[in-house]
This record gives sequence, C-alpha cells and structure tokens, in this order.
Amino acid sequence: MDMRLSSVDDFELFGLPRSFALDRAEIDARRRALQAEVHPDRFATADAASRRAATQWAMRVNEAYKRLADPLRRGAALCELAGVPIRAEDNTAMPAEFLRQQMAWREALEDAASRADIEAVERDLDGERRNRYQRLAAALDERHDAVAASREVRALMFIERFAADVERRVAAFEG
Amino acid sequence: MALLQISEPGASPEPHARRHAVGIDLGTTHSLVAAVRSGVAECLPDHGGEVLLPSAVRYLDGGRVAVGRTALAGAASDPKNTIVSVKRLMGRGLADVDDSGRLAYDFVDDDVGMVRLSTRAGVKSPVEVSAEILAVLRERAEDTLDAHLYGAVVTVPAYFDDAQRQATKDAAELAGLQVLRLISEPTAASIAYGLDNASEGLYAVYDLGGGTFDISLLRMTKGVFEVVATGGDSALGGDDIDAALAAWALQRAGVEASSAGDRRAATIAARAAKEALSSEERTRFRCAIAGRAVELAVERSDLEAIAKPFVDRTIAAVRAVVRDARVVRDRIDGIVLVGGATRMPLVRRAVHDFFGRAPLTNLDPDQVVALGAARQADALAGNVGAGELLLLDVVPLSLGIETMGGLVERIIERNSPIPTAHAQSFTTFQDGQTAMAIHVVQGERDLVADCRSLARFELRGIPPMVAGAARIEVTFTVDADGLLSVEAREATSGVEASVTVKPSYGLSDDEVTRMLQEGFGHAEDDMAVRALREAQVDADRLLAALASALASDGELLAADERAAIDALAATLRRERAGEDRSAIEDAMRALSTATEPFAAERMDRGIRRALAGRRVEDV
Repeated sequence: MDMRLSSVDDFELFGLPRSFALDRAEIDARRRALQAEVHPDRFATADAASRRAATQWAMRVNEAYKRLADPLRRGAALCELAGVPIRAEDNTAMPAEFLRQQMAWREALEDAASRADIEAVERDLDGERRNRYQRLAAALDERHDAVAASREVRALMFIERFAADVERRVAAFEG
Repeated sequence: MALLQISEPGASPEPHARRHAVGIDLGTTHSLVAAVRSGVAECLPDHGGEVLLPSAVRYLDGGRVAVGRTALAGAASDPKNTIVSVKRLMGRGLADVDDSGRLAYDFVDDDVGMVRLSTRAGVKSPVEVSAEILAVLRERAEDTLDAHLYGAVVTVPAYFDDAQRQATKDAAELAGLQVLRLISEPTAASIAYGLDNASEGLYAVYDLGGGTFDISLLRMTKGVFEVVATGGDSALGGDDIDAALAAWALQRAGVEASSAGDRRAATIAARAAKEALSSEERTRFRCAIAGRAVELAVERSDLEAIAKPFVDRTIAAVRAVVRDARVVRDRIDGIVLVGGATRMPLVRRAVHDFFGRAPLTNLDPDQVVALGAARQADALAGNVGAGELLLLDVVPLSLGIETMGGLVERIIERNSPIPTAHAQSFTTFQDGQTAMAIHVVQGERDLVADCRSLARFELRGIPPMVAGAARIEVTFTVDADGLLSVEAREATSGVEASVTVKPSYGLSDDEVTRMLQEGFGHAEDDMAVRALREAQVDADRLLAALASALASDGELLAADERAAIDALAATLRRERAGEDRSAIEDAMRALSTATEPFAAERMDRGIRRALAGRRVEDV
C-alpha cells in the first residue's frame, strides 16, 4: 500500500471503512495514533527534509480529521467520493417547502422574547436535524444513493447554519 | 554509521550527549525557567535561592540594565525607566493599550505598529524589554546547568494572537535562545499536572495570570495532550484587580495619585493587600502618596466586591469555551488552576460553582507552567522516549482576510488543530486589475474593524483580465508554534505574484536584525563569528539526525542511494571542520535535498505502522 500524501482518501488514511456511521471515539483514537507517528515534534531533532515531510503529513491528518469527525463534512466527503460533489456555493436551490420551514424558524427566532421561546425553536430544530441525519445515514450506508444523500447534506448545511444563529441567541441570553 | 561527536568551540563534550533544554514562563508579573534534571522537572533558582524573577526591567545610567527584584525597587521612584508588565504591550499598538494613560511610561506616539517606550537608554520596543528578562533567565540556566542550552520552549497565553506570539518569539531569539516551540500556558500546566498524576480524561485549565486570562479544555490520553478548545481574554488579569483596588483605596482615603510614581506606589500596595487577603479576612493598605503616608483597613469582602466584575468576565469566557467544545460540564474530569491570582478564594468559589466540583490545587500555580514547558523542551530535545509526550494544539482565534465592505472572510476557524493549511480563492473586482491588497485579520467578529489586524499584503503582477476572471488563491499555513504564514498566487495563469508583508504590530526582519547587531547579551560576539558557529551547530544537528535516521530505517535505501548520501555527509563533515560558513551551508542544502525522498519513505513507514492492525485500545 502506497501512503503518499495525495493518493489516499481520508478514510484510507485513518484505516476506517467508507461509511457514515463511525464512532467518534475511534476517529479520535486514530488521529492520536497517526499524529504520534507524523507530528513534527516527533522529528524535532531530525533534518529539515524530515521535518518538512512531517509537517505536510500532520496537516494532512488534521485536515482529514476535520472532515471525518464532523458528521456533516463526513457525509459531504462520502457523496464526493461517490461522484456527487455538494457544490454548496453554486447549488443553493432547495425545495419550496424546506424554504418555507426555514423562514418560519427564522421568524420564530426573531420574535423570541424569552429563553423558553428560543428553547422551543431549538427543540423543533433538533428534531428535524436528527431526522435528516438518520435519512443521510440510510441513504449512504444502506441504499448507497449519493444523490439523495447530497440533498440531505445541503439541507443540513442550512440547518446547521441556523442552529449556530440559535446558539448565538442563547449565548446572548446567558451573557 | 558511527559519527564523531564534535562539540562547539569552547564547550566541553558532554558525558551522555544529553541536550539541555529549558522551559520558560515569560509572565506578566514574574518569569521562571525550569529544566528536567535526572528525570524530574524543577524550577531553577537564582543565587539567592529565588525561582520567581519579577518581570521588571530598569534602564540605569551608563547603559546598565537591572532586571528583577533590583529593578522593581525603582518602580515607584523611577517609573519611566522601570518597565513592568511589559507582556501587556507585546504585539500591541498604542490604541490597543486602553490604559496607556494610567501607565507611567513615555510612549512614543508615532502611531506605527507596536508601541515603543522612550527611556533613559533610548527608545525600546516591548520585544527588547522582554529580551532583557529572557537573557537573565538564559544565563541563570546556563550557570545552573553548566552547559550551553540546546534550546527553549517559551510559553504564551493560549489566547495570544499571531502578533503577540511572533513578538514573544522575536524576544527569545534576541536573547540568544533557540526557540524549540511556543506553547500555550494552560497546555504547559496540563502537561506538568497530567504527567505527574498520570491523569486521563477531559480537563479544564483555568489560568488567571497578572495580565491575561485563558481557559482551555484538554483531553489527556497516555501522554498525548490534545487541546479540544481554548478561549479567554488576553487583556484581563490580576493587574486589573490591583488597579481597581488601588483606585478604591485612594478614593476612600481622599487622596489623588497625580504622579506616575504615586500611581505605581498605590498599585504595589494594592497587590500586597490583595495577596494578604487570600489567607486573612482583613489587612491594611499602606503606601506613601505625595510624601504622605496613606493607611486604611481593607476587608476581604471589600476586595471581593471590587474583583467580582473581573471574575465574572472569566466565567463568561469559560461558559463560551465549554459551549464551543460541545461538552457537558459534568463530563469534565478535573479543573486545574494556574496563575497567582487563582489563590483568591473568590476565584476558587466561582470556578467551583460553575463546574460543580472543587478545582485541583495540589500544584504551585506560579511554577506549574514553567515545569510543563520544561517537560516539553526535554521531549523536543530528544531526551524523552518516543510516545511518552505529544502535544496536539489548536488555533485560538479564527484567521481570515478582509473582503468587500469591510467584512471578514474566515479562512481558518478557531480551535482548528495545528499544524494546518487552508486555501481560499478570491477574484478581481475591476477589469484589468493587476494588483490586489490583502489584509490579514484575526478574530471572531464579522467586521474587520472589530478584529485584530495582522498584516497587509500587496499582490502584484496579476495578468490583466476582465473583472471576476482571475483566481487568486490565498493559502494560510499555521505551523506547530501557532504562527501564521500566508502565500498568494494567481491560479488561471499560474503566475506567482510577488508578495510583500508588512506586519501591523510586529517587528520587520530588518528591525530584528538591527537589534541583534546592536548586541544582546552576547556583545562580545562578532556577527560573522556567531553566524559561523550557528552554521556549525546546525551541521552537527543535521549529521546527528541523519545518523539516527540511517540507523533505524537505513534499509529503505538502495545501495547507490545510500552511497550518494554517505558521500554528501562526508563532504559536510569536511566543510564543518573548516571556517567557511557559506560552504557549510551549501553542503547542508545538498545533503538535505538528497535525503528528501528518504524522509518521505520514512514517513510512509510511520503511517503504515500506525495503521498496521492496531486496535483502539492499544492506541
């Protein structure tokens, strides 16, 4: 097996199966094991060529880790590997019903006057998010339908962005 | 391959070829140096047996400089030439120092870059002042260890931005220290704590120093220290509480501190009262203002009422980090306290209330950072067995560039693991545009005006195209020290455009060179001699590193590859024995280039080893 920087995908690099359902603790443990081999600190007294190679690999491992550890990025990476890139920048067309729901949530958040109001939005959002992640997992791991999975990924990108806004509002309440 | 150990001219060969590396905690109020000796990390004392060196520098007549306790003695009588808490000025512009009116110094008001102080010894940058402190610690370590230092790990607040980190590194280099690594103070503390107690799990480190506050969450797993999230306030510390207590006491006494010396005297008295109130219920605030003795009683409850707003700010930062890391408070296995200000009962209560458990206090909060840094230095010097200690850190603040309308486009998000690199594409705004100004900023806010300006770039030589056709790829790279470098190129034409960097609050390379030339703790050294010696030391390092690489993985090389490397190594050894610096450097470059494929092969082997059927429980 040739482990050159460019020739392996994130899953191969981490020695994990190409599936959506992965255990976060295992991903973390893999990252520690890989960094223990390639981190530049392991080559602190080595020659410049080794240190450069180590830094390149350590960056590659961290990059892969970011994509694998976050379920949404992991889902996007799997779609991409299956030949269906997400293209979030130029593919923002979403079903009308989804957009209506988004607008309703945004309005609810804007009108929220109390902590309880925000928590109600949060509960709603969490439910929808859980459903979507389940559908994403089924599309990727069971039906191997990357096109359907990519739709879920795009919807979840909207939802996660909105969730971050909700969190900011919660933080503002907590001071 | 047996290599001759060649010692530096004047230095005696060491019995075990052990490299001496130290950890340095360059603090706002005091600084320390620590080293690992016989497997134990300890802070190194001065001749009087003191380990704490007050971070005070006094410029005296006749070009003399006093550092530490003797300097501090002049704080009230000679405030303009006695620099204390210089750490608060590192990598900062005058506009950032919001209490500059309260400080006693003569700031040079030229409004360019980092603040400068006008002293008896001329205009000084905070980098030079810090270098004086570091040079004293370097000498202390060299005397105590009776050895040339291989290098140092210097700690910085986790929440220090790029300019503040770079300024710290410049100061260490100016003091003649080879910087092995900058590490965050809370991380250093967790290393000292974790290794001593063989701890595992998720820990919070609450670090309230003289001038900075940091909160870090770390996961410790068998010698691997992984920073999960970090936050804080790089302009909040015990100093602020001292200043507030001093103001309160003077108001109570009905006196006004109008001179710089009086203000200093009041703050010193306030600090003494604050420290006494950590163990006593009441104390007396005593100082002389305008030649008149001021004395009044202070209750602990008075201090706590004054300190509460500051402590509340720290807890708000803790809450934000815990939220950021998406961890549940009661999943945290322990809370480590760092920094002298955490001796205050109010701080301990606030931390206890937030986490619902008592913080760990079995370590000296003043020493723990230097001790952890010493452990990391020992590991980076190659004295620690592989796998015993590894630190995985993160970027504390998001990095981005300015786009249209004064908005920030983030390129690297905060809490991203380092080292890391990320590229982003931008385009031109006008037809035929051949240049682009790039403004690099750091911070979490959406508006450029609310973030820290790090540097400005000019990208020239873009081929003229219609607006929006050029693709400017900007790559941000953050190394293992947490320091940023930026590259930019135009992608469609493949033209590498020239980039000039102007750090917003740093020193330019020319300034650092000038300061080095002006001599710093090694005035006897002639620059050329010093450069030759550095090249020789580097050559020794390279040869030693190659020898150990060949010993462990030499069989990866074919016979002819091995012969080529051996020949280049022999050339380098021959040049190393001579006096021609550029010949040594050429030989090093040739050897490095030739060993690059070998280095890549070795890395592959390491990765395969990491993957070869290892189970999670062995990792």
